[in-house]
Amino acid sequence: MSAFRGPPRKGENFELSADLNSEYREKRKDAIKKVIANMTVQKDVSGLFPDVLKNMQTDDIEQKKLVYLYLMNYAKTQPELVILAVNTFVKDTDDPNPLVRALAIRTMGCLRAEKIIDYLCDPLQKCLRDDNPYVRKTAALCVAKLYDLKPELVIENGFLETLQEMIADSNPMVVANTVAALTDIHIAATASGSTNDAFHITSTILNKLLVALNECSEWGRVAILNALARYETSDDRESEHICERVVPQFQHANASVVLAAVKVVMIHMRNVRSDNLTKQFVRKMAPPLVTLLSNPPEVQWVALRNINLLLQKRPELLSNEMRVFFCKYNDPLYVKVEKLDIMVRLAGESNVDALLSELKEYASEVDVDFVRRSIKAIGQTAIKIDEAAERCVNVLLDLINTRVSYVVQEAVVVMKDIFRKYPATYEGVIPVLCANLDELDEPEAKASLIWIIGEYASKIDNADELLGLFVDTFTEESYPVQLQTLTAVVKLFLQKPDNSQGLVQRVLNTATKDCDSPDVRDRAYIYWRLLSTDPGAAKAVVLSHRPPISIPRTTVSPQLLEELLGEISSLASVYHKPTETFVGRGRIGIDSVQRKSSDLADERTAAQKAFQTVAAGQQAENLLDFSDADGAEDGQQPSGLAATTMLASTPAAANLLAGTSSNPLDDLVSIFGNVGIDASAAQPAAAAAANSLGGLSFGASAPSPMPPATPSVLQNTSAQPSQQDDLLGLF
Amino acid sequence: MISAFFIFNQKGEVLISRLYRPDLKRSIADVFRIQVVSNSDVRSPIITLGSTSFFHVRVNNLYVVAVTKCNANAALVFEFCYRFISIAKSYFGKVDEEAIKNNFVLIYELIDEINDFGYPQNSEIDTLKSYITTESVMSTNFAAEESSRITVQATGATSWRRNDVKYKKNEAFVDVVETVNLSMSAKGTILRADVDGHILMRAYLSGTPECKFGLNDKLVIDKEQRGASDAVELDDCRFHQCVRLNEFDSSRTISFIPPDGEFELMKYRSTSNVKLPLKVIPSVTEIGTTQVQYVVTVKTNFSNKLSGTNVVLRIPTPLNTTSVDCKVVSGKAKYVPAENVVVWKIQRIQGGQEVTLSATAALTSTTTRQVWARPPIDVDFQVLMFTASGLIVRFLKVFEKNNYQSVKWVRYLTKASGSYQIRVRF
Repeated sequence: MSAFRGPPRKGENFELSADLNSEYREKRKDAIKKVIANMTVQKDVSGLFPDVLKNMQTDDIEQKKLVYLYLMNYAKTQPELVILAVNTFVKDTDDPNPLVRALAIRTMGCLRAEKIIDYLCDPLQKCLRDDNPYVRKTAALCVAKLYDLKPELVIENGFLETLQEMIADSNPMVVANTVAALTDIHIAATASGSTNDAFHITSTILNKLLVALNECSEWGRVAILNALARYETSDDRESEHICERVVPQFQHANASVVLAAVKVVMIHMRNVRSDNLTKQFVRKMAPPLVTLLSNPPEVQWVALRNINLLLQKRPELLSNEMRVFFCKYNDPLYVKVEKLDIMVRLAGESNVDALLSELKEYASEVDVDFVRRSIKAIGQTAIKIDEAAERCVNVLLDLINTRVSYVVQEAVVVMKDIFRKYPATYEGVIPVLCANLDELDEPEAKASLIWIIGEYASKIDNADELLGLFVDTFTEESYPVQLQTLTAVVKLFLQKPDNSQGLVQRVLNTATKDCDSPDVRDRAYIYWRLLSTDPGAAKAVVLSHRPPISIPRTTVSPQLLEELLGEISSLASVYHKPTETFVGRGRIGIDSVQRKSSDLADERTAAQKAFQTVAAGQQAENLLDFSDADGAEDGQQPSGLAATTMLASTPAAANLLAGTSSNPLDDLVSIFGNVGIDASAAQPAAAAAANSLGGLSFGASAPSPMPPATPSVLQNTSAQPSQQDDLLGLF
Repeated sequence: MISAFFIFNQKGEVLISRLYRPDLKRSIADVFRIQVVSNSDVRSPIITLGSTSFFHVRVNNLYVVAVTKCNANAALVFEFCYRFISIAKSYFGKVDEEAIKNNFVLIYELIDEINDFGYPQNSEIDTLKSYITTESVMSTNFAAEESSRITVQATGATSWRRNDVKYKKNEAFVDVVETVNLSMSAKGTILRADVDGHILMRAYLSGTPECKFGLNDKLVIDKEQRGASDAVELDDCRFHQCVRLNEFDSSRTISFIPPDGEFELMKYRSTSNVKLPLKVIPSVTEIGTTQVQYVVTVKTNFSNKLSGTNVVLRIPTPLNTTSVDCKVVSGKAKYVPAENVVVWKIQRIQGGQEVTLSATAALTSTTTRQVWARPPIDVDFQVLMFTASGLIVRFLKVFEKNNYQSVKWVRYLTKASGSYQIRVRF
């Protein structure tokens, strides 16, 4: 049959047309196969419509299927001719063979030609009540197809009611497809703004679903479990009952059934009052989740992303299972990265040694990205577990001694975080870090080291020499490095005024005269004035106490976490983002968001979520717009810049905005995103001063993918007001 | 749900394209080709562009792709892709470009049958084979009756079994296959050791047999008699859809009506008291910068009545290795430069034995040290009539209304392939 895919000959369609009209059956069938092959490779064979259509009436089911396949593709382009097929379709729905009946009704629903729809209703009515369950289950889905095309027809013909009756069908597969069809209609109706519930699940329906759950096919179970997830229980007894009936599904071989069951239990567990029961459900959930890791890597990845969410809600879930998340040498990178994140989540006093030796092992692999993440994970562990910090530092020192450039640089960045968490504890490490000064070529690593030098200037004998090196090359460095150098030199001057006066003069001079970044210039001016008017105030501002950092237990807001837990196993739960950020019609314009937020003015959290949603959606749209996008969507929404500026005016929204990433892959970025960038604004007071006094709103610099200063400034909002007052007093 | 299903070859040519829902155009295939096939840096199995998500699975240089436009159930989409692959394997023997091209008509039939409007439908291979075949079926009166029967069965509560099965001799074969996952540190500490068990069954039983299956599962044994010593602790079990899950949940009994022929009855996982069949003790020493010496000892850790077969060790060598001189007492060892490993094959090794490989790798002197990931030593093997978890089938009872006698056979196999890893340091 591979001959069907040969190179195109001249007048191929002409030849095919002749063959399709041949008097020999075999020849006609072969010709149809060729047509389908051409269709697959996107050659235009729509011209053969009448010829193919002639072959529709046949006893050969295979041939019939091929003709139908062709029709589904081209019916839309040839609406006038489709009408010729109607007769055969209607006749087929009366065929004694149930396969033929089902095939006819299945195909008619897919034709999407206006002309044929009117002829669909009668046969559909009949097929929904067919004796044969196979025909009924096909007809049930056909109602959803019809609704997608012409909702009025479904309502006029009472198909919705018929479907609701069919939930009581004796055949589990029919029940499953009916549930799938009703859910599909419900989603379509909600999306188009209809308020009446197309699929309201009553307690009678609930019981039928629970019965069918144990009998139907794996895919049917997923459909039913999804419906169960939507059910609103009336009391805690009912919630318990649902959980108990669903828990056995954890043992199913199909990962999607397991995750769908987890979803239902997570949702209905919210209403279970008994702590004992809750514990029992959680305990039963753990082993099946671990078993999901013996699936193919793609399924593993989906499972890992969901486990990550589940752990944010219930950290005790897999407390003794860290070892199963150890990376295998041949795991794909996306699996390894997720495992790293989960391992850090599960780290505790008891297993930290095993974790550290694993992380050290990973740090010697070849994939640069993975190595860096492993080193980051060491830092996270140090910050998470106070008792293990020293061991983490030792591992980092070992890694620095390998002198592999990217390892050293990442380790320096991580050390800076450790210094922030445990000030003045590991000063002995500083000489080793400084010895690697020449190795550093990445801005983040440089900035980190400069911050460390500035912070401990009083304890480093040659701090002025080291900083001098950076001052020499000041104009060539990137802005974050310049900002850090500036601050570090001022810190040095405040601590050791005697031998660094020249240095501070030089750096302020260069920063104010030769630097083209307004941020750097502004900061330099402020320091200059501070130092010249009141060195005491300068000390209070620059050497002020910084709030300690910690690892956030959740990577998403609590409201979003609850929402995502209700969507376990879906794309939203994989991306850790609300559905509206990536699903078509839901992408909300700015108007509706404002409406939404004013409606919910009292519920601050809800408003925040709406902002977050639109922000992320906006970013996704800007980045990911590709040719196929509907024209209607363009132009209606304000540009990304406008949206961001508006959002940035409310600090809370900006904070959330910073937390949402535009690129799905960024999700892989560790939870350390925020802490990692803290370095560039390690002087919250100074940064805040620069921003507020300089009259720069955050919005001004917003178009660049999130200025690093924003999150940290916000993180320190508590410290900000008082310091600002101090500053105002000075002027 | 699933809006479209595609199969691409390695070059990104479309081999199969089927749109299930009207929210996509056929040209969406081009987007996938540009974004994934011709992009060398794809780091995620799901790519979302705008509101379109592409789920892809790779098999033998093919991309099996499902496209969605909604907040789809990601686990279901991947399970569906893998199900398609296993169906295709069972129909065509292998899944590669040639098989797809040669059978595209049948594949269109299949993917229309297992998915309707984006919702997966019955995908039991056995049932599918009863009405989707390579020969063309004529719609006659006989066929109509036959189809009624098939369709009723395909949608029924036991969709996996026909009810007219007859055998002269009623037999059931049970294969317990355990895959051992091991990662051991260079110092010899076990970082992780667990067993993925599969119980495969071939049932050739007439009528509608009701089966009960018993293992030396600790939870069951403890209930029946106190202090039984040979019980095994299973961390988790997963069952074929024929097993009644609520019965297992309430009383841990495994009861079911089996499909006809071969199927996977259950999978389980065990992490406690894993008996490692092979112990590998590597010693790797660098001599200067031009030589690496290996001494690798393999000890078998099971009864001397049993033997391990097809033992293959893959011992990594540095990237700048020029040649390796291997000495072995048992089996054959060879340096494979293309993969930078020494492959040591031992056809058969008795229980309680110990064999050693000593080898010297000569290295070229390089000016820059190449980055070498130091992969672990990887061991593949098979040991018959041995289970690493200690699992034993206690009984398989068959009840049928005709009360026939049935013969049952049980086999055990423990193996490792690609997941038995011992790390090396030097």
